[in-house]
Amino acid sequence: MFSYKAVYVIVLREFKRFFRQKGRLVVTAARPLLWLLIVGSGFGRLVQTGGGVNYMQFILPGIVGMTILFSSIFSTMSVVWDREFGFLREMLVAPVPRVAIVAGEILSGSMLSLFQGAMLLIVAPFLDISIGYSELAAMIFLMLLVSISITAFGLFVASFMTSLEGFNVIMNFIVLPMFFLSGALYPVSGLPLPLKVLTFINPLCFGVDSFKHVLLPGAGRLSAEFPLVVDVAFLAVFAAIFVFSSAYVFERRK
Amino acid sequence: MNPVIEVKDLHKSYNGVKAVDGVSFEVAEGETFGFLGPNGAGKTTTINILCTLLNSDSGAVFVNGHDCAKEPSKVRSSIGLVFQDVTLDNELTAYENLKFHCYMYNMDYRLAQTRIAQMLSVVGLTERRDEIVRKFSGGMKRRLEIARGLLHRPKVLFLDEPTLGLDPQARAGVWEFINGIKKGIKKDAGSTVFMTTHYMDEAEACDRIAIIDNGRVIACDTPAGLKRSLKGDTVHLKTSDDARAREEIEREFGIKSAMVESGLVLLVDGGDKFIPRLFERLTTSISSVNMKKPSLDEVFIHLTGKEIRDYGGNGRGGH
Repeated sequence: MFSYKAVYVIVLREFKRFFRQKGRLVVTAARPLLWLLIVGSGFGRLVQTGGGVNYMQFILPGIVGMTILFSSIFSTMSVVWDREFGFLREMLVAPVPRVAIVAGEILSGSMLSLFQGAMLLIVAPFLDISIGYSELAAMIFLMLLVSISITAFGLFVASFMTSLEGFNVIMNFIVLPMFFLSGALYPVSGLPLPLKVLTFINPLCFGVDSFKHVLLPGAGRLSAEFPLVVDVAFLAVFAAIFVFSSAYVFERRK
Repeated sequence: MNPVIEVKDLHKSYNGVKAVDGVSFEVAEGETFGFLGPNGAGKTTTINILCTLLNSDSGAVFVNGHDCAKEPSKVRSSIGLVFQDVTLDNELTAYENLKFHCYMYNMDYRLAQTRIAQMLSVVGLTERRDEIVRKFSGGMKRRLEIARGLLHRPKVLFLDEPTLGLDPQARAGVWEFINGIKKGIKKDAGSTVFMTTHYMDEAEACDRIAIIDNGRVIACDTPAGLKRSLKGDTVHLKTSDDARAREEIEREFGIKSAMVESGLVLLVDGGDKFIPRLFERLTTSISSVNMKKPSLDEVFIHLTGKEIRDYGGNGRGGH
C-alpha cells in the first residue's frame, strides 16, 4: 500500500512552513530580482552581446535556474533541520514506508521550486522576452524536471548530514560552483577544459541550457549550447538516479 | 497476562562502547513500567530499539507480538511515543501538528477530526487549537506531544523522560495528566505505558521498575518489592571527614557505606541499636545522623553504590 495520505500531509506541511516564513518569502522574491537588475545591468555595460539579445535577457534563464537551485537546496535543508530539532523522528516512527517520506520531501521541494521559478517568468515580458502558452508549458515541464533533479540530489546529501553546519559547509562547496558552472552568467563553451568537464556533470548546466532553448531561441553564440534532447535526457537520468538513491539511503539509515 | 513487550538478551554498542549489555525484561499488558537509571545508563538506547529507530546488535525484541527487527511497520502502528526532547513542528499550530500525525497513521478526515477534538480537550488545549506551537510553554508542548502520541490509540505508550526540563509545577501538571490518561485508556484500550526516568518520585508511580546501570538491568520489581529487598534501615551520616569515617566503619563493623553528596549512607539491621555503637566506636566526629526506612533512593544507592543525582545533572533526586 502506498501511503498517499502521508505524502500529502508532508507536502502540506512544507507548503505551510514556506508561506509562513515571511523572511524566506521576501528573500525568495528579492534575490533573483537583485541579480537581474544589479548583475544584469552591471555586466550589461561590460559584455558585448550579439544575436539580438542583451545581457539582462541572456541571464534570465540562468536566474530562473538559480532560483530553483537555491529553493530546492533550501527545502532539503529542512530535512537536516528536522533531524536536528527532532521532528524527523515523528515521521520515522510512523507506520509509513520511508519511501513515502522521501516522496513527500522531493515533491514538496520541487513544487515550491517550480512555483518560484514560474513567478520569476512574470518579469520576462518586461525584458522583452515574449512567452506564449507553448513556451510556458515547455518551461513548466523543464523547470519541474530541474527542480526534481536538484531536490533529489540535495535530499541525498542531506540524508548523510546530522548537523546544519555540516550541511551548509558542503552545500556551499556544491551550490556556488553549480551556479557559476551552469552557463547562467556566461556560456560554458568558453571555459577552460578542467572546468568544462565539471559542467558536463552539472544538472543545473543542462537545466539552464534547456531554458535557453525556450527563452532565447536564435540568440547566436548566446543561445543554448547542447541539443534540447540531451538536456532533457541528462536531467531525467540524473533525477531518477538521485530519487532512487535518496530513497535507498533513507531506507537504510537509522 | 501476555507480555506486550518482550526483550531478551539485548546488546548494542557504539564504537566499541557497550550502551546496552544483555538487557532482558517483560512488560505485561496494562502495566506502567518504569526504566530507572542515570543519564547514559542505556535507557534511551533501549527505547530507541523498542521503537524501531535503532537496530540492535543482538537479542530478541518483541512489541505487541511483532519482531522489532523484522516487522518494524507493525510495531510502529502499535506504539505511541513521547520523546525526551520536543518533536513538534514549531511553525505549525497545535491542530496542524495533530492532523499531521493522524494522516501519517492513515486516518481519514472525519476520524482525525473526532480524535483531535477529543485529545485536545483531554489535554486542555482546545482553546489553543489554532495557535502556533512556538508560543507554547514547555508544559503545554509536553501535553500536546502526549496527546499526539495517543491519537492513534497505541497499545503501548512510550514516554522517554516525559518531564525532563520542566519546572515543578509543569511536571505536576504533566503527571496529573498522565495518570488521568492511564485511567482513561486502560478502561477501553488496555494501554501499557513504558517510561524512562531518572527521577525517583516518577519511578515510584510505576507498577514495576527496572533499575538500569551501565547497560544492565540490576533489579526489576515493584517499588514496594524493591524497598523490601533492602532489609533493615538506612542511616545517613555526616561527619567531619567522610572518607575516613567510611574506612573506620568498614573496619569496625564490617559494613560498606556509599559516599554521596550529602555524606555517607549505610544499610544496617536494627538501626536504633547501631547508632549508639557508632557514636561509641567512631573516632571521626559526627555532625548529624538520620535514620529511615529505605526509599527508592536508597535502593538505588545500595545497588549501584552511587546516588542517581551524581550523574543526573540537575541535582534533583527523589524526596
